[in-house]
Amino acid sequence: MVAIETRNLTYTYPGGTKPSISDVSIKIEKGDFVLITGPSGCGKTTLCRCFNGLIPHFYQGELKGEAFLLGKDVTKIQTHELAKNVGLVFQNPENQLFALSIEKDVAFGLENLGFSREEMRKRVDWALNLTGIYDIRERSPHEVSGGQQQRVAIAAVLAMQPEIIVLDEPTSFLDPLSAQKIFEVICELNKNLGITVVLVEHRLDLTAKYANHIIIMDEGKVCSDGETRTILSLEETRLIGVGIPKATLLYNLLTREGMRLGNVTPLSSDEMAELLLEALKDR
Amino acid sequence: MIEIEDVHFRYPGGVEALKGVTLTIRDGEFVAIMGQNGAGKTTLVKHFNGLLKPSTGKVRVDNTETTKTSVASLSKTVGFVFQNPDHQLFSETVEEEIAFALKNFGFTEEAIGKQITWALNLLSLAQYRKTSPFMLSGGERKRVALASVLAWDPQMLILDEPTIGQDHEQKERLRQFIVQLQTQGKTVVIVTHDVEFVAECNPRVILMREGKIIADGKGKEILTNRDALTQSSIILPQIAQIFTHLTALGLAKNVIDIYEAKEKLLRVWRKAEE
Repeated sequence: MVAIETRNLTYTYPGGTKPSISDVSIKIEKGDFVLITGPSGCGKTTLCRCFNGLIPHFYQGELKGEAFLLGKDVTKIQTHELAKNVGLVFQNPENQLFALSIEKDVAFGLENLGFSREEMRKRVDWALNLTGIYDIRERSPHEVSGGQQQRVAIAAVLAMQPEIIVLDEPTSFLDPLSAQKIFEVICELNKNLGITVVLVEHRLDLTAKYANHIIIMDEGKVCSDGETRTILSLEETRLIGVGIPKATLLYNLLTREGMRLGNVTPLSSDEMAELLLEALKDR
Repeated sequence: MIEIEDVHFRYPGGVEALKGVTLTIRDGEFVAIMGQNGAGKTTLVKHFNGLLKPSTGKVRVDNTETTKTSVASLSKTVGFVFQNPDHQLFSETVEEEIAFALKNFGFTEEAIGKQITWALNLLSLAQYRKTSPFMLSGGERKRVALASVLAWDPQMLILDEPTIGQDHEQKERLRQFIVQLQTQGKTVVIVTHDVEFVAECNPRVILMREGKIIADGKGKEILTNRDALTQSSIILPQIAQIFTHLTALGLAKNVIDIYEAKEKLLRVWRKAEE
């Protein structure tokens, strides 16, 4: 089943002289872990805003083409309706948080959907624990660090357990170990609960290994779309200016020198180390 | 030169953010301060230009104690670029933003015009001279914040999380830019989590944890020290991660550069081919 599909999607912000995304046709299957990447200003965030109908319901401007979320036309269904199916975590958590306590912020979406008190308690605690902020749940989201705010924004979306989660650079303020833990939690939700994940990221070193599908954008257009290992082994991908994981880059450099390391492009240091040990151990 | 001597710092709320830090940064050095969220990195660098004054201990900038001078006069030597450009930018146009500090430092109209042009060209912002900083993208606003500090040509530059939200090419440009500042003899201090960026720059690395320095040394040495990095919530750079698994091949662990890695591995491979 298709989770998200766009056909020839083109959008120009009000007062914009040229489209921020143009002629974007993509298909994201249910259960996919998709990475969307590309240079700053390439239209990644704009595309994500179409997935839950923020474009065209909140942002005016000019939209052409079609966008479907679980088969529903996003231009015809209001964002609050779509919110049951898709949760968005934005780049800047300050824009997303508003409640007096972290706990209330995380509970807000559930309250609106009319969950029972017990169910709400259960889900909120679950999300607070997963993101490692249970102990600070009574503090105001505005007095904690940028990294903690990002955890709150992620917890608020996880608590809703939507079928699709869209995350726009969700851990940029977190230290690497904390970021890795969050990505691992998201990866488990994808594997165990079949939640479709769309992740916008520059740091492929941290994230490529989780994704089965990658979409690379440049200047508002999709320039590569396919299986992660295949796309990241292409020389064209490097030339667009995508930060290919060092493990993958090293594999590409060595195989081009003639070293035989097998045909499966590695996406993480563990995979690369295994290939090297296999190839060089008897030497 | 910056000399920090057994500095403790307690915020008015009561949190002790620095618990005895001693450190010297010499002119012309390139230093990366790394550590987990809340380790005290930003608190430490805010002492470099007197934004914060130590609760106990001493901070000297070019032999003057920061308690005996003002932030305004220290700023001439030490330029500080904040993590979030929106906490720094306030003017109607990019040009006015950059002119602001120059006016305060008493530069002449003519010198101000020249410095603005120089800084805008340096950061590829010339076309935005008359644009409002708030019309620009996040990455561009970060460059405006940097230009506004560079314009008065401080001897030392502190960049707090300069790579957040920057794409691969912008990071590469930033790296080259820092190299360029280094050739001019400037001191550059970056506060960052971005271990791959630091691995590419290979500066002196200082690791912090809970208000203390737990490691200080060459990038190659610190970024391959798994115990120290883990204590600071930092992950080894990917190349170093790979090499921790390769000791069985007789290879040393301390590799962070991809081209060095390539040469070393090719040597092992070719040796066996012979």
